[in-house]
Amino acid sequence: MASNVTVTTVIFYVFAVWAVGSALLCITRSNALASALWLVSTMFALAAIFVILQAQFIAAIQVLVYAGAVMVLFLFVIMLLNLEDVPHDWKRWPAWVVGVGLAAVLGTTLVTLHSYTPARLAREVSTMPSPVDPRLVFPEGNALAVATATQGAVGSVAQPLFQGYLIPFEVTSVLLLAAVVGAVVLAKKKL
Amino acid sequence: MTPDQKGFLLFAVIKLLVVFSVMLAGVALLTLVERKVAGWMQNRPGPNRVGPFGILQPVADGIKNFIKEETRPASANEFLFLLAPALSFIPAVILIGVIPLAAPLPVDFAADLPLLGLTTFHGMMPMSVADLPIGFIFILAFSSLGVYGIALAGWSSNSKYSLIGGLRAAAQLISYEVAMGLSLIPVLLVSGNASFSAIIARQQQGLWFIMPLFLSFFIFLISGFAETNRLPFDLPEAESELVAGYHSEYSAMKFSLFMIAEYAHIVTVAAMVATLFFGGWDMPFTHWDERGGLLQTVVTGACFFAKTFFWIFFVIWIRWTLPRFRYDQLMALGWKILLPLSLAYIMVVAVAIEIIQASLGWTDPKAQGFALFALNLLLGWAMFFLLDRGRVVRGVAPRTRAASSMSPREGAA
Repeated sequence: MASNVTVTTVIFYVFAVWAVGSALLCITRSNALASALWLVSTMFALAAIFVILQAQFIAAIQVLVYAGAVMVLFLFVIMLLNLEDVPHDWKRWPAWVVGVGLAAVLGTTLVTLHSYTPARLAREVSTMPSPVDPRLVFPEGNALAVATATQGAVGSVAQPLFQGYLIPFEVTSVLLLAAVVGAVVLAKKKL
Repeated sequence: MTPDQKGFLLFAVIKLLVVFSVMLAGVALLTLVERKVAGWMQNRPGPNRVGPFGILQPVADGIKNFIKEETRPASANEFLFLLAPALSFIPAVILIGVIPLAAPLPVDFAADLPLLGLTTFHGMMPMSVADLPIGFIFILAFSSLGVYGIALAGWSSNSKYSLIGGLRAAAQLISYEVAMGLSLIPVLLVSGNASFSAIIARQQQGLWFIMPLFLSFFIFLISGFAETNRLPFDLPEAESELVAGYHSEYSAMKFSLFMIAEYAHIVTVAAMVATLFFGGWDMPFTHWDERGGLLQTVVTGACFFAKTFFWIFFVIWIRWTLPRFRYDQLMALGWKILLPLSLAYIMVVAVAIEIIQASLGWTDPKAQGFALFALNLLLGWAMFFLLDRGRVVRGVAPRTRAASSMSPREGAA
């Protein structure tokens, strides 16, 4: 046991406990502002875990977009509305059903994924035609670190995104554009 | 741990301590520089009582801030009120850690140190605390966290001036972050990498990015002023409207932490302008500085300091020159001018690089730089011609004319 405890493992558990603890605090606080701040803390811990996975660019974007922009807007709205504390109502059974159901689904996924090692995933993906190097999608060893060193942190993300998965990427951006247009239409009384 | 890992850790800790002590001392001196420059611009001596030429004024200020009474508003949210200055201070001071301050130093170090044991370091040591592969994206990400300090300070003080200051800060920082991030994409397009060392290397081969990417520089500088909450964009603490904005209720060292954060942001923006657009530690017109050596590291360090100090001075200079924007002008400038401009510029630069590299086949960085420079001269001239002050900051007279020409019902809405 003691032999395979590396510095990385210790750091991973620090941030994993941080992320899960913040997430729990986020959903149990009765003050909306406190909840939002614990969510920021969760995002930050997740970014740290991305760094451990050698995905520095994703980590920086996670902090920049989610912790730095999206959550600031949440905070902005909460501060403007000046919400009252809402005490938790532990007796509403629909909330319990939905919550336990979701937890069960996610837990099952986690257990299933546990049997999938990165090697097995890479093997299964490599038998199918894939537009990118499967080792980049399911990093095992230092494939991602090598890609970052040779192509730069941005290049190693941009290459699969804009060459391998261009169409899914563009479809997603159209979806987001539709959401933006919808928000403008709803917010403006007269266009 | 292997001796190499120990060496890496040892030098990282040494660099951390040196960079942050210099940063904090520099920030303290910067408050004096600001007051001296202000005095010089307004034809008065500035602080000149403490020490020779007032040089010990920051010490006196520091002692005063430490021994002053702390006030705490009775109905403030106590925890967040304490947390806010720290949230503002910490992201601001760690940003400088990723910027290379001088040419890499060749180190050949092997010693049997007490406590550590055998410690070695061989090879080029980057002169930044951490030479991250994500470079400037790290700075954008962490500077965006600074807004929590300001917004929470405003909210937790439970005062209307503070709250409005905090809300303004949140809106302003988010708006200008977009333009700032987009203005750096052309830098990424030309250099092909986000890390500072790669960007500096590319500028050494070709031209400093101020020439081929002038519009990026211009947009970045304006957004930088907004991100540091400096005049002409200091709306979050506009004293004529909001007492002192988000830090109205703070006193003593907590207030001081906000000020340190602001000055640390100025240093970071100045260092980023120097690194991204003025070659960083590069010395112009010579390749002597790229050979590596102790003398080269010292001289390029001085070079970097001179460039950074000029831009720090520039920030102070602007503060005592331009008046404050109105809030709607600030938002219009960010969203209606800088954002479309930077988006259009990304497309123009991307197309230009494709044409230069693929169609014309120019692969020499210098030739590419001059081609882009010629394009930028045209674009820059057109931009300044179209965006003169009268159009960007529309005065009161044309506004009232436009309002009175509308029907009364529309004017009320």
